[in-house]
Amino acid sequence: MKEASLRAILPDHELVRMYEQMVLCREFEESCAEQYTKGHITGFLHLYSGQEAVAVGSTHALHKDDYILSAYREHAQAIVRGAEPRRVMAELFGKSTGICKGKGGSMHLFDPDLSFMGGYAIVGGQFPIAVGLAFASKFRKEGRIAACFFGDGAVNQGTFHESLNWARLWELPVLFVCENNAYGIGTSVERASALADIHKRTCGYDIPSVRVDGMDVMAVHEAVKWGAEWVREQSRPYLIEALTYRFRGHSMADPGKYRSAAEVELWKSRDPLPAFAIRLIEEGIVTQAEMGAIKQEAIAIVQEAVTFAEESPWPEDGAVWEDIYV
Amino acid sequence: MSEMTYRDALNLALKEELRRDPSIVVWGEDVALYEGSFKVTRGLLAEFGGERVLDTPISENTIVGVAVGAAMGGLRPVAELMTVNFALLAMDQIIDHMTKIRYMFGGQVNLPMVIRAPGGGGSQLAAQHSQSLETFFMHAPGMHVAYPSTPADAKGLLKTAIRDNNPVMFLEHELLYNSKGEVPEDPEFLVPFGKCDVKREGNDVTIVAYARMTVLALQAAEELAKENIACEVVDLRTLAPLDTDTFVASVKKTGRAVVVEECWKTCGLGAEIATRIYDGCFDSLRAPVRRVSGLDVPMPYSRKLEKLCIPQVADIVAAVKETVAAKY
Ligand SMILES: Cc1ncc(C[n+]2csc(CCOP(=O)(O)OP(=O)(O)O)c2C)c(N)n1
Ligand SMILES: [Mg+2]
Repeated sequence: MKEASLRAILPDHELVRMYEQMVLCREFEESCAEQYTKGHITGFLHLYSGQEAVAVGSTHALHKDDYILSAYREHAQAIVRGAEPRRVMAELFGKSTGICKGKGGSMHLFDPDLSFMGGYAIVGGQFPIAVGLAFASKFRKEGRIAACFFGDGAVNQGTFHESLNWARLWELPVLFVCENNAYGIGTSVERASALADIHKRTCGYDIPSVRVDGMDVMAVHEAVKWGAEWVREQSRPYLIEALTYRFRGHSMADPGKYRSAAEVELWKSRDPLPAFAIRLIEEGIVTQAEMGAIKQEAIAIVQEAVTFAEESPWPEDGAVWEDIYV
Repeated sequence: MSEMTYRDALNLALKEELRRDPSIVVWGEDVALYEGSFKVTRGLLAEFGGERVLDTPISENTIVGVAVGAAMGGLRPVAELMTVNFALLAMDQIIDHMTKIRYMFGGQVNLPMVIRAPGGGGSQLAAQHSQSLETFFMHAPGMHVAYPSTPADAKGLLKTAIRDNNPVMFLEHELLYNSKGEVPEDPEFLVPFGKCDVKREGNDVTIVAYARMTVLALQAAEELAKENIACEVVDLRTLAPLDTDTFVASVKKTGRAVVVEECWKTCGLGAEIATRIYDGCFDSLRAPVRRVSGLDVPMPYSRKLEKLCIPQVADIVAAVKETVAAKY
């Protein structure tokens, strides 16, 4: 079957923007790895390289004021939603100019102006919060949906099941998006889930679902576009399972020995960036020369972000007592 | 004796006990194939096999609850919570079930089980991953709580925990895993519960501490010795049962006490210990009991701020000096 032309789906400028963001996220993450090795970024650092098609495809299919929630692997989610890379990097450096004043770090990005309602480091913590945001939106007749991103490992938390049931029972507009990257730390989906087809797990709650190729940004876009509109119109939950892969270990501390080199190579051959680039070139939307410029631009943005983070001041000591209560 | 890390001492304790008693089983997130997030369970799957060493889904409340059931059914489970922060998701099974079942059912059943949980702050893991929750467990009757400071204690206490017929919350400090010390090789080496260890003797002031705070207290004592202040460092080792006699006897001798706790100050274990000191030897006190505590704030990520939230050696030194200087 011949794939539909990209132009029939989205205007050129948006397609280019999507590709630019994928490249930016990849460069950002690779730079984070370097800054971690240098000791500028500390604590846990979970990188998104390989999964870019999910954040980019989804975000472009949502309304700007739809809520987004995610876990701790969320730099790209925040940046694609509009967070300035320099303020995200400053957060990772623990500087006062960070998106959360240096208090949250890599796992806890947040920006209510972007309707980016947080990165959460307790696996499964974001599910009920997404349901609550959807409730508030429905109550206030805002027409926003809550898009809740989570990993394959998170579906075995009670909160997943409780939240699916709740969202269906109260008919709330929640779009659940599972980023199934095949592992929760070192445990493969098959070794953690009795039913490894995660999208099928919604049937007990009468929630429709679909599985999509998470390495294909346009496939993700299409699924989320359809799903989000259905959720909005019906005011009911829907679940999308995006099959994807993280190219690096679980975190910077993980050498990832539980995956065979052949498996990693297979997935790398499906890298969503070159795959999308080829389609853009084939359809004459971007030239080879422009591809190079896009990459250079991304590198420049990330370099500027690092410089900004380096030069930013540390928080004042007194900040430790601020923000606990209003 | 041989020198080993706190991590290896725990690992050895697990192996020795698994070899000794076939009813012991181990499970938790990534404990088998991945050999543990902190590698405490390294080699267990290889030696004891997948029937006794099992990976679980990310389902903390159920990790504990299934251990409760298995203990009821005649096994001796040693469940790992990847970090103590996730014990909060399991508080229902820990507090509502594990600690109550024996009492509520009139003593007709024992739950010989251990929950191992690494914790503590200092690695810039931010608010949700840096908590010191020891007081939460001490607060609930019905379980024992151990929290070792040295490799030898780690081994001896874990073995005692596994042999204990009561449920035990076994806390481990993430920043101590690489610390080294002499550890007895005797497979019957056990450290009793409810016995503090006087890790340093001195006549001027008693420092009561536990886990990583003991390590810092000993460093502070070393510095203070240069200024002719002789500190006695009492390591609690088990928070429940709490060996009041030993630290009260020490304070009777020194007349002064500083309690060092990594947890939040408000309603922290330091408050309990101070009260027990007031109850036990008010007449001997020459100064109020001081507490050096974690700041009452959620842990910030930024390393500059994080440092302010966790007791440092300098804080202990300062508190001891103030206590010694106090005139009443
Ligand atoms: C409640 C809880 N339990 C355990 C952990 C430790 N942990 C962090 S990430 C993770 C694996 C999660 O896997 P998945 O949901 O697939 O997300 P991925 O990391 O693959 O993006 C685990 C077990 C945690 N952070 N929170
Ligand atoms: Mg995963």
